[in-house]
Amino acid sequence: MAEEQEDILEQVTTSEYKYGFVTAIEADEAPKGLTEDTVRFISAKKNEPEWLLEYRLKSYRQWLKMEEPQWPNVTYPKIDFQDIIYYSAPKQKISPKSLDEIDPELRKTFEKLGISLDEQKRISGVAVDAVMDSISVATTFKEELSKVGVIFCSMSEAVQEHPELVKKYLGSVVPATDNYFSALNAAVFSDGSFCYIPKGVRCPMELSTYFRINAANTGQFERTLIVAEEGSYVSYLEGCTAPQRDENQLHAAVVELVAMEKAEIKYSTVQNWYPGDKEGKGGIYNFVTKRGICAGDHAKISWTQVETGSSVTWKYPSVILKGDYSIGEFYSVAVTNNFQQADTGTKMVHLGKNTRSRIVSKGISAGKSQNSYRGLVSVSKNADNARNFSQCDSMLLGDKCGAHTFPYIEVKNNSAVVEHEATTSKIGEDQIFYCNQRGMDTETAVALIINGFAKEVMNQLPMEFAVEAQKLLAISLEGSVG
Amino acid sequence: MLKIDNLQARIEEKEILKGINLEIKPGEVHAIMGPNGSGKSTLASVLAGREDYEVTGGSVDFLGKDLLEMAPEDRAKEGLFLAFQYPVEIPGVSTTNFIKTAVNEKRKYQGLEPLDAAQFLKTMKEKMQLVQINQSLLSRSLNEGFSGGEKKRNEIFQMAMLEPKLGILDETDSGLDIDALRIVANGVNQLRSKDNAFLVVTHYQRLLDYIVPDFVHVLYNGKIVRSGTKELALELEEKGYDFIKAELEATTA
Ligand SMILES: Nc1ncnc2c1ncn2[C@@H]1O[C@H](COP(=O)(O)OP(=O)(O)OP(=O)(O)O)[C@@H](O)[C@H]1O
Ligand SMILES: [Mg+2]
Repeated sequence: MAEEQEDILEQVTTSEYKYGFVTAIEADEAPKGLTEDTVRFISAKKNEPEWLLEYRLKSYRQWLKMEEPQWPNVTYPKIDFQDIIYYSAPKQKISPKSLDEIDPELRKTFEKLGISLDEQKRISGVAVDAVMDSISVATTFKEELSKVGVIFCSMSEAVQEHPELVKKYLGSVVPATDNYFSALNAAVFSDGSFCYIPKGVRCPMELSTYFRINAANTGQFERTLIVAEEGSYVSYLEGCTAPQRDENQLHAAVVELVAMEKAEIKYSTVQNWYPGDKEGKGGIYNFVTKRGICAGDHAKISWTQVETGSSVTWKYPSVILKGDYSIGEFYSVAVTNNFQQADTGTKMVHLGKNTRSRIVSKGISAGKSQNSYRGLVSVSKNADNARNFSQCDSMLLGDKCGAHTFPYIEVKNNSAVVEHEATTSKIGEDQIFYCNQRGMDTETAVALIINGFAKEVMNQLPMEFAVEAQKLLAISLEGSVG
Repeated sequence: MLKIDNLQARIEEKEILKGINLEIKPGEVHAIMGPNGSGKSTLASVLAGREDYEVTGGSVDFLGKDLLEMAPEDRAKEGLFLAFQYPVEIPGVSTTNFIKTAVNEKRKYQGLEPLDAAQFLKTMKEKMQLVQINQSLLSRSLNEGFSGGEKKRNEIFQMAMLEPKLGILDETDSGLDIDALRIVANGVNQLRSKDNAFLVVTHYQRLLDYIVPDFVHVLYNGKIVRSGTKELALELEEKGYDFIKAELEATTA
């Protein structure tokens, strides 16, 4: 009976990655390795102003002095930073003016990913900014957005078109020196998205970016910056995939959010990078720094993430609650299978008065994977009446995987109320049998039970993506329980 | 419809079913009674395909197929339904969503299109009437926080939605109040037809006043030791199981 369960567990955890294909497009690459010259090469390629080159070089020099973090609950072979290509742009003769001018190969890639740009444009009313390897290829919907004054473009374009905004906010939330990978990103970041929502504007559509790592040995270092001015609102979705390769690929992104008084930013991620194969070979190292600041009173930042991919994930989307009455939220579902390792969570830093934060984390582990929640709630001396509620639930599929919870609480103000609840459960044989008896096979049953477990988080996703995310959970666990 | 021949099963090292013989024809209702621990739920579980039990001998034919060879979900899709003695809870999954998934899995198996939202809702409304279950209960997570009686009623509601060929009811009556008992029994009676059959496990004659069985069997120590008509249930109610035990001891001694 135990064996039988093992068998089914084996099956559900052995599905193959469905987005593993490589696109044959000529790429414009930097030589392998990282030196000051590499940094200069990237900056020159992008025709950047002097201040930005200086920023990159300074970050690079900082990075040289820093050490790779050892504290996360993950293990992986040492990364050879000289064996990585830091810049790879799909070669295109002239920059595309409309969607029709985009390389057909590239278009096909997006179609395989299920994001046909023009389809998206017509049907869903979602603006998509597609980042393949290091260059943002096309930004749709730009005209419509510009009517209300919303700027949504690639970071490279923003550097050229809106240098004052970029200069003002770049590195303002995540300083280059914040950590090893943020310093690296600041030195070599390739591209990413830039959004600016002017005062009082409610962004008329969901903004969306798809990232995809294509070329071999390329690290992807996107840089995203979203600024929401007073009283504005924006909902942003990031989706990621990568082709299947044996070697591990590094991904070290930085995302910065700035919400002014009464502004609200909702940032959702569906992360489906290649997780490696059943033996744990290959996969993406996902070392990401995401942080937002509620700079003004009554501002709100909400992170929602569905993390199913990557071989190693190291990621803590955080909120600095500086404005009084500001709100920070973190909703997360992290699924690990086979040999995946995830160390993810959040930091809620209460600085203002009457600030509130809410953390809901659902970890699902299968196969031989390790899944850790790591969260910090800090309340500073002046943050009167701060409130936090944290709920961390773990579900185990099988007995070869691990779930861990590391909550850190630092309270320096007596009026704070900080609540933490945690549960760990195993998917029940009884539950699966009950579903079987109603005509569902075990995979359908597991998908149903897991989606029920993660419901509170899934409900936070924009409608268009909730269904996708549900399927993704099912796919990630295919072949894993009984 | 169902033919059980010398079925034997054990769990871990313990023999529980020791040679069960039973034939159920379309249109029939069979009741199984018997003392606690005699193997009634075990029989139901083995028929439904629970893997904890090891079948050590015998065979079961269901609608011309070898039931024991089939996966539990295929047994269900072929028309076998078990109303559980202890229905499980599935947090975060609404009863409606659960049943919709079940109904559409079955339709897929039958080569039918899934029901769209409107059709599904219509069917659901009809069946809700049958067991007088209300909408608010069905919007909640499956069985989570349901009272004992609500869980049982929900089982029968699911049975009505799935329209099985063979419905096995494992102590569906226990935990029901008098009114609920009548409602649930009425529901079952309305589902009865010449094409389907029911196997009703119960401890109480009372249920059999409502769902009148064609046959009553007594399961004792892993075997069917007595079979008869509905009068047998009355006799048991009156005398308890002791007289059967005494008879058995007399014959084996
Ligand atoms: N996992 C198990 N390990 C050992 N014995 C078990 C296990 N499961 C069931 N049994 C035993 O099998 C026997 C039959 O149990 P079963 O549940 O079929 O009885 P039942 O006739 O349905 O009883 P009740 O009327 O109380 O519902 C009991 O003695 C029970 O303790
Ligand atoms: Mg029983």
